[in-house]
Amino acid sequence: MDVLLFLIFAGIAVGCALNLVLQTHPISSALSLIGVMGSLAVLYLLLGGEFLAAVQLIVYAGAIMVLFVFVIMLLNAGAEKRPSKKVLRTAVALPLLFTLAGVVAYILATQAGRTETVKFGAYVVGPYEIGKALFTTWLLPFEVTSILILIAILGAVVLARKEI
Amino acid sequence: MPDLAQVLAAQVPLSWYLILSVILFVIGAAGFLIRRNIITVFMCIELMLNAVNLSFIAFSHKLKMVDGHIYSFFVMVVAAAEAAVGLAIILTVFKNRETLEIDEVSSLKL
Repeated sequence: MDVLLFLIFAGIAVGCALNLVLQTHPISSALSLIGVMGSLAVLYLLLGGEFLAAVQLIVYAGAIMVLFVFVIMLLNAGAEKRPSKKVLRTAVALPLLFTLAGVVAYILATQAGRTETVKFGAYVVGPYEIGKALFTTWLLPFEVTSILILIAILGAVVLARKEI
Repeated sequence: MPDLAQVLAAQVPLSWYLILSVILFVIGAAGFLIRRNIITVFMCIELMLNAVNLSFIAFSHKLKMVDGHIYSFFVMVVAAAEAAVGLAIILTVFKNRETLEIDEVSSLKL
C-alpha cells in the first residue's frame, strides 16, 4: 500500500511540476504548484510528519498560493508571447541540470541502500514533538523568526505604498 | 508477476523519496532558468524550497530525529515572508515598468 500511495502521489507531484514549468500562462502554473504542494503533503504524511502535512496545506497551498493567485489576477498577467531569446542559456543549462539529477539520483540509489525503508507509522511527529523541540532546543531561532516576519511585514507595507 | 499481497506489504526505500526530491528540485531550477515571466520564476523558487523540505523530512524519518521537521518548518516560515516581500516587489516593478518580462528588468535602474 505504501508503494502504491508513494508512486501515485510522486507521479502527481512530478507531473504537476512539469506542467508548472511548461505552461505559458501564470494561472495554470499556480494551479499546478498547488497540485505539487498537495501531493507533497500526502508524502509528508507517509513519512510521519503529521504536523508538517497540515502546515503544508494550510500555509503553502492555502495562504502563499492565494497570495500568488491574487497578485496574478491583480496584475492581469497574460501568457508569455514570444519564446525566450536566451537560447544559449537554455542549451547550456538544461543538459547540466539533467546531468546533475542523473548523477545525484545514481549516487543515492547506490549508496542509500535498498534495505533502508520507510515504514509508515514507525516515527510520527505530531504537534507535541514539534512544540517541545521548538520551545526548548530551538527557542532562539524561533524568536528570531518573529523578528524576520516583522521585517517582512514592514517591507511589504513600504514597497506597496504609492510613492515608490 | 509479483503477488498482490507482496506488493501491498512492500515498503518504499528511503532513496526513492530523496530521488523524488532531486527530480523536483531540478525541474524547479530548469523553470527558474528558462521561464521569463517574473511570477512563474518566483513559483519555481517555491518548488525548489518544497523539494528540499521533502528531503529534510525523509532524513528526519531515517534518523528518528525531530530536527528535520523543525528545519522545514523554518523553511516554510521564511518562504512565507519571502513570498510577501517578493510579491510586493513584483507589484512595484509592474507599477513602474508595465511589464513582467524578466529580461526587461535586468538592469536595476529605470
